[in-house]
Amino acid sequence: MSEQGAYKKIFGMPESLKDQATHYCPGCGHSIAHRLVAECLDELGLREKTIGVPPVGCAVLAYNYFNFDMIEAPHGRALAVATGIKRVRPDKFVLTYQGDGDLAAIGTAETIHAANRGELISTVFINNAIYGMTGGQMAPTTILGQDATTAPGGRDAKLHGRPIDISRMLAVCEGVVYIERCALSSLKQIRQSRKAILKSFQCQLDGLGFSLVELLSPCPTNWKLSPEEAWGWVNEVMVKTYPLGVIKDTTGYGEKR
Amino acid sequence: MRGSNVVGEAAVRAGCRFYAGYPITPQNELPEYLSARLPEVGGTFIQAESEIASINMILGASAAGARVMTSSSSPGLALKQEGISYMAGQEVPGVIVNMMRGGPGLGNIAPSAADYFQSTRGGGNGDYRTPVLAPAGCQELANITFSAFDLADRYRTPVIILGDGLMGQVMEPVVFPDPIPPDALPKKEWILDGCVGRPPRAIFSMILNIDLMYRHNLHLQEKYDRIAAEETRWENLQTDDAETIIVAYGTAARIAESAIEELRAEGARAGLFRPITLWPFPTLPLRAFASKVRKIAVFELSMGQMLEDVILSVGERAEIHFYGVPGGIVPTPADIAQFLKSVSAGDGKVGRRIEA
Repeated sequence: MSEQGAYKKIFGMPESLKDQATHYCPGCGHSIAHRLVAECLDELGLREKTIGVPPVGCAVLAYNYFNFDMIEAPHGRALAVATGIKRVRPDKFVLTYQGDGDLAAIGTAETIHAANRGELISTVFINNAIYGMTGGQMAPTTILGQDATTAPGGRDAKLHGRPIDISRMLAVCEGVVYIERCALSSLKQIRQSRKAILKSFQCQLDGLGFSLVELLSPCPTNWKLSPEEAWGWVNEVMVKTYPLGVIKDTTGYGEKR
Repeated sequence: MRGSNVVGEAAVRAGCRFYAGYPITPQNELPEYLSARLPEVGGTFIQAESEIASINMILGASAAGARVMTSSSSPGLALKQEGISYMAGQEVPGVIVNMMRGGPGLGNIAPSAADYFQSTRGGGNGDYRTPVLAPAGCQELANITFSAFDLADRYRTPVIILGDGLMGQVMEPVVFPDPIPPDALPKKEWILDGCVGRPPRAIFSMILNIDLMYRHNLHLQEKYDRIAAEETRWENLQTDDAETIIVAYGTAARIAESAIEELRAEGARAGLFRPITLWPFPTLPLRAFASKVRKIAVFELSMGQMLEDVILSVGERAEIHFYGVPGGIVPTPADIAQFLKSVSAGDGKVGRRIEA
């Protein structure tokens, strides 16, 4: 037996990721989400078929990290850009990766209408309840009582309005076949996130309709918590506003899938 | 054929296979035409949720390799400016049609031409230029629409076709160019179609490194200089012996053309200088005329926007006189003949002298 043959590679860099250090802060959920997306694309053999649309926000430079074709969309317009791509190239795999400001504030109209049209697109939605890139301002998803630089003293429903649950709003759209909310704050939930992303990708491959996976994602820097405390905050506080689990599933896929 | 339909048919013949738009009067016949026509040739028509979504859909569709178009009217174009700036920065081609209406704000649906600044100066952010083509009549609408897609692809730039509500509605006979099958178009080596056998491509306009951003802007400027050198277009009509030249574009030029015929019949020597590209503006050819004639008359369906480019071109080489009609009121050729007579007489009765 050759020396090489004696070992089996059980872990490595996904081909869908470039071998490149990211600019993300320590404890940020983006790095984990990037890896999960890349693993799922590899598993389904989609890297060379994929065209990705990153958001404006912390992940705006995602094309430096993902190893497939990508185009930057104006803030909030990812799903309109993705619609154009998918309609021209229906045989390709089209993915948007968007934050809460992008998807649930400035791009709300584009999000709702692409979903309602049932565009064959998979969306990974990173909800960290804060504006990360711009330095901690209130997000549409900032929860009541949460501190933000533009909600000093914490978000107050009377002053700032209430947090938006865009995933549940999207669930009423006929064109949407699958939405699940997971978290990037425990090993169990990270594994569940991976399953959900894989299922969302399968929805597109099977031509079922629009699907979205919302990932509650820690932002230790702007939450002013340690990475460990940030995981705890997702698991104990954030999930009360955004309960985890399947929000909509009309795929007909069995539990095992 | 109706002007709006002419644009639609010429676009399909130029190989356009993707259109997204949002209804707004007076250009609805164009999306209506394409909603039936594009599916016949395997293309995609989307009635989008907004002007903003429309421009971004064509951004994506163009990045994926298709020839693309969107259309609107004045306030709708205002909404598209963000996307046009991104297309310029990302160097993604596309054709954008503006059938102008009255403004500012919601304005009215009458055939005004007050978006010269919006089109040639751009409402979007950043150091960019957009080629602007101004047809005068249905046959030219067909030719310009057809060639706009080549122009957009050749320079990887958004291109604006600037018509007005009247041009979109008017019916004239048209001979169309032969259709180009999209497969016969030159292959684009920059598009996103999956990274099979090649490194991944990224299309973006955010360049945080200031040195690279500096160089990107110089690259864009070099491209705009090339467009100005090679794509500037205009038409001279009866200018050889003219004593007074009127400068007008689009529908205004059609009116001026009739006015000149009337005046010529009476023995007056008037001629028309008609810019076809508003950016790049035909500065040098107009300047050459300014050295030969004593008076330049400017007529616009606005309160004076192209006028500024005429001033930049003419300077103090000739007297500049201006007559503008805003709000969607379309003057008759007799009105413009009166303006030109007043310019010749120097009596100041119609229009006004622009003091340098």
